Amino acid sequence: MHDFTYHAASSVADAAAKVAGGEDAVLMAGGMTLLPTLKQRLAQPSDVVDLSGVADLRGIRVEGGAVTVGAMTVHDAVANSPEVAAAIPALAALAGHIGDPQVRNRGTIGGSIANNDPAADYPAALVGLGATVCTDRREIAADEFFTGMFETALDEGEIVTSVRFPAPAAAAYMKFPNPASRYAIVGVFVARTTGGVRVAVTGAASCVYRESAMEAALEGGFSASALDGMTASADDLNEDIHASAEYRAHLVGVMARRAVAACG
Amino acid sequence: MPTVNMNVNGEAVSGEVEARTLLVQFLREKLRLTGTHVGCDTSQCGACVVHVDGVSAKSCTMLAVQCEGADVTTIEGLADGDALHPMQEAFRDNHGLQCGFCTPGMIMSALDLARRNSAPSEQEVREWLEGNICRCTGYHNIVKSIMAGARAMAAGQGG
Ligand SMILES: Cc1cc2nc3c(=O)[nH]c(=O)nc-3n(C[C@H](O)[C@H](O)[C@H](O)COP(=O)(O)OP(=O)(O)OC[C@H]3O[C@@H](n4cnc5c(N)ncnc54)[C@H](O)[C@@H]3O)c2cc1C
Ligand code: FES
Ligand code: FES
Repeated sequence: MHDFTYHAASSVADAAAKVAGGEDAVLMAGGMTLLPTLKQRLAQPSDVVDLSGVADLRGIRVEGGAVTVGAMTVHDAVANSPEVAAAIPALAALAGHIGDPQVRNRGTIGGSIANNDPAADYPAALVGLGATVCTDRREIAADEFFTGMFETALDEGEIVTSVRFPAPAAAAYMKFPNPASRYAIVGVFVARTTGGVRVAVTGAASCVYRESAMEAALEGGFSASALDGMTASADDLNEDIHASAEYRAHLVGVMARRAVAACG
Repeated sequence: MPTVNMNVNGEAVSGEVEARTLLVQFLREKLRLTGTHVGCDTSQCGACVVHVDGVSAKSCTMLAVQCEGADVTTIEGLADGDALHPMQEAFRDNHGLQCGFCTPGMIMSALDLARRNSAPSEQEVREWLEGNICRCTGYHNIVKSIMAGARAMAAGQGG
């Protein structure tokens, strides 16, 4: 790891100022992705601005049928929150199956979505539930937030402050995990929301996306059998040592049916 | 160079570090607490697990400067003089180690589970160990040790 200047931010405004003030500054949340990246020298920032001392960014609020999770809230806190378990149990379950306990003790929702790993779990929940990402500058709908592989709609220096999830009528997430890392080889988040049925897929392609054909089939009748025989198109899916594009396409159908069945 | 101050195993320590110095490097190289191991240095194996403010964390994936003012506990901080901690005793009684390389991380991780769940089932222990890799034992006796250790702690033999 190359050396850098470390700053502990005291507030969101302080963090924004420190990022703007550095030549090539980066934000750090839990460091679960950033530090491995720096160790591999894939990035060489001049300054690292640590958000962990910003108390406002931590915590979970449930009000008016929505769950708001602060950007610095760790996965373990979401997984074990009675409020989240009551309002959106699928979200608590998803957080409880990210990585391992030590990753969940430090990894945050803000870091996970800002990073937008194609195999990460949270992007599926945000898109599946039609969540809103709140930043220090604006609000961004999840459908517009995840723009490509490791890419988001965030501008230079923009800080995620929280994510607001509307509570659905029913929702479930099913993932086929990589047995070593627990990242999703394929994960499918299905939700019945006031805006209709949403089916979000992670792990399969370069970025989280919605399976519109499956959404349409489920609008016609919300049951696993509505998806009988359906798979994703393998055309643009990932292919690597873990799974071929065809296998991922098949898994999208299997995980989607299991998620629908789990919605009850 | 930044100076960092923290409590390690109940003692106030401070030292000059580079911003990039990892917590595990600070513990092993500055404080000579070599019980915390580095198995992978890529956040996968859990040999480096310590407690930071009572919660288990991979010390290879934290900066020393992030621990300013924190309470850090390592494997060296568990025994009371010559008396092993009940979780350490359970690993000895149940043959929960072979080469011992993974053991400090296993025990520190196990204590975080025992804190949340005083009577974990075999399944719960196996799921908890997702982030701890052992190349020797096949895990069977590690799982037995952790179940026994958690029970011993709950029975009030320390902890
Ligand atoms: C062994 C291992 C296994 C894992 N398994 C899984 C898994 O199964 N599923 C899964 O989804 N994830 C997994 N992860 C990733 C983990 O869940 C973390 O969420 C992820 O590493 C990023 O979160 P972080 O808080 O550590 O962010 P950091 O690493 O600190 O930051 C990541 C990026 O986000 C930026 N950033 C952070 N916070 C903000 C913010 N508030 N606003 C704007 N930008 C920000 C940083 O600048 C950086 O570029 C795994 C990680 C490890 C090490
Ligand atoms: S050395 Fe830290 S996880 Fe392997
Ligand atoms: S006892 Fe040798 S690695 Fe676990």
